[in-house]
Amino acid sequence: MNFWLELLIKVGLALAIMLPVALVVIFGELKISAHMQSRVGPYFAGGRWGWAQPLADGLKFMQKEDLVPADADDRVYKLAPYIVLMGTLALYVVIPIGPDAVARDLDLGVFYVLAVSSLSTLGVLMAGWSSANKYSLIGGLRAAAQLIAYELPLVLAVIAVAVQAGSLSLNDIVNAQASFHLFGVESILGRDVTWISSLISPFMILQIVGLVIFLVASLAELSRIPFDMPIAESELTMGYLTEYSGLRFTMFFLGEYAGLVSMAAIAATLFMGGYSFPGVSEDVLNFLGPVILLSKVMFIAFVFIWLRWTFPRLREDQLQTIAWKWLIPAGLINIVATAIFKVAF
Amino acid sequence: MTQIDPRSAMHLADAAVSVELETPDMTLNIGPQHPSTHGVLRLVAQVDGERVMSVDPVIGYMHRGYEKLAEVRTYAQTIALVNRIDWVSGFANEVPFVAAIEKLMDIEVPPRAQYIRLILTEMARISTHLVFASSYPLELGASTPLMHAMREREHVLELLESVTGGRFHPNFNRVGGIKPAAGGGSSMKKVSMDLPAGFLAATDEAMTRVLDIVDDVDRLATGNELIQARTVGVGVLPAAKALEYGVTGPNLRASGVKYDLRKVESILPYDDFEFEIPIGNNGDCFDRYVVRLEEIRQSASIIRQAIAKIPSGPLRAKVPRVLKVPKGEVYVRAENPKGEMGYYIVSEGGRIPYRVKIRSASFSNLSMLPWILAGQLVPDLVAILGSLDFVLGDVDR
Repeated sequence: MNFWLELLIKVGLALAIMLPVALVVIFGELKISAHMQSRVGPYFAGGRWGWAQPLADGLKFMQKEDLVPADADDRVYKLAPYIVLMGTLALYVVIPIGPDAVARDLDLGVFYVLAVSSLSTLGVLMAGWSSANKYSLIGGLRAAAQLIAYELPLVLAVIAVAVQAGSLSLNDIVNAQASFHLFGVESILGRDVTWISSLISPFMILQIVGLVIFLVASLAELSRIPFDMPIAESELTMGYLTEYSGLRFTMFFLGEYAGLVSMAAIAATLFMGGYSFPGVSEDVLNFLGPVILLSKVMFIAFVFIWLRWTFPRLREDQLQTIAWKWLIPAGLINIVATAIFKVAF
Repeated sequence: MTQIDPRSAMHLADAAVSVELETPDMTLNIGPQHPSTHGVLRLVAQVDGERVMSVDPVIGYMHRGYEKLAEVRTYAQTIALVNRIDWVSGFANEVPFVAAIEKLMDIEVPPRAQYIRLILTEMARISTHLVFASSYPLELGASTPLMHAMREREHVLELLESVTGGRFHPNFNRVGGIKPAAGGGSSMKKVSMDLPAGFLAATDEAMTRVLDIVDDVDRLATGNELIQARTVGVGVLPAAKALEYGVTGPNLRASGVKYDLRKVESILPYDDFEFEIPIGNNGDCFDRYVVRLEEIRQSASIIRQAIAKIPSGPLRAKVPRVLKVPKGEVYVRAENPKGEMGYYIVSEGGRIPYRVKIRSASFSNLSMLPWILAGQLVPDLVAILGSLDFVLGDVDR
């Protein structure tokens, strides 16, 4: 088949599968937060449980007037939401949802992920700068400061995974987790111990430090509570989103949740074995893989939602303190420990 | 008055850079429409990045001219106005106003009416502080305590409604006692509204719920490390400064000054009850928060004691049908949930006051804003504003 046609279909499929997941996460956030706060949440839209609320919200936003402030930098202002959305959607291309089901299995998949995931911050900075609003400006600059502080721990956490897997391809990292052996030892005192290695095969056991760093850093990257300083309703009204309305706001909104899903999918792929599951053979994974990955994504998304409705917001300087004084040293130590472990065994 | 130099509060390690680059301060206009200004407070802030160099508060967006309106209304009509000053604790505003008129006319209020006033005042205090306990974490970004504390506040408001007929604006006090019973006919007008049946038991149950939710907020928010990171040591108000600026109420007590008008000079029979005055040590945002939570517990305890020994008897003293206040002037103050609230009434005799001066707590508490906000970060500005717990109706009147 034509290379470009095949790529187009794969990319289209990746988006068609992952974008509804973002809508499901939006609905989950509405409903879970409601129950955490002893509310009912959406109830009427769509008939049962208000399942159509995210769609209804999207439709409502589309009907709203698309306002551009008079002093705004017109082109930058209009381009920003596309960059945010594109930056998050582009991540879906390399996430494997089955042994053969990946839009593009790049050799440098991890590198691509890290590079593209920071694109959306550029969009945020553009939005903050071009809105001609001081709250937006402060929000955008906060997002930029956050990017500098949190890109590094994110990279450090991922480097350790790449070292342990011996590859930068996401598919290889999943395979490495599926076929991991306990230091090459198969039996102790004549007993078969391979079952132990299948239990601890996901990197989340051995790379628990890396997982924690990755999740904290991705919270900051997604600017969700406790790191939602770029938005910070009570301080900056809505930060860089203040001036946006209508469809452009919808793009930011969708981009936020699509970003959440993509970061959760990457965390699941890097640390939780992605589409694989201990004891499930590869033939079955061709069918079950997407479901397994999806449940892992949903679990991480639930943790993010849970954190958001529990914690208050930190201050920008406190965020920098956490990043530079705790996460980066921990990430460096984690890399050294992983490298020693890798060479020694 | 010494003004601290905001720049000395900055930790500018890179002085060389700041000399070369010209970085003018930015004027950031916070409010009057802003989520954390509690209505229509406007702060014109000069910010250097995130650092607030100076703040110029602009008030008056909600000035309704109550002092002037009181000069053209009878005393009874003004009661309906004064509970709109601090609408979060409407009942507590009425009591000192009515007490001032009673002092001018030399009327002795029956004990049962005094007790009912006291119980409802403490309920207003609980409801105010529950609003604080719900909205303050929201200012810091935690939205869950909001729903839980507001839910329990509803029980208190329902009780207030069951007695007075109004959730926010009771208009329940009358000179000499409490409101006449509803219903037509002059015979009904002579009967005052009493506590409804089952009120005392319902109050006891509501107090249990209130204490539970305070414990819940304690568990959910007070012990939370992030809340502490945002509030401990932020916006410190030393006791001397607080006194200098005329700060009263929980904000003053959080700075360690044990001053509560309920103990000092009370117009209600607070001497009959045992209760503590919670005070803070450092005067930071965290102390102001903790003091208010503790005051809810104390108020609940006062209400429980009051319903245990509420006397029976008449609800209203003998007062002439047409209220004619003798010539004279009087100042009566009381401990409002937000601080000291006072009414200075000048009467030339007759049905209408010559002058009413309202001393409201939030107005005086806000006078220190330029001092306390200079040199703070923008997120801390929001944390400090929230911790002062003001209501713009109380500021502008």
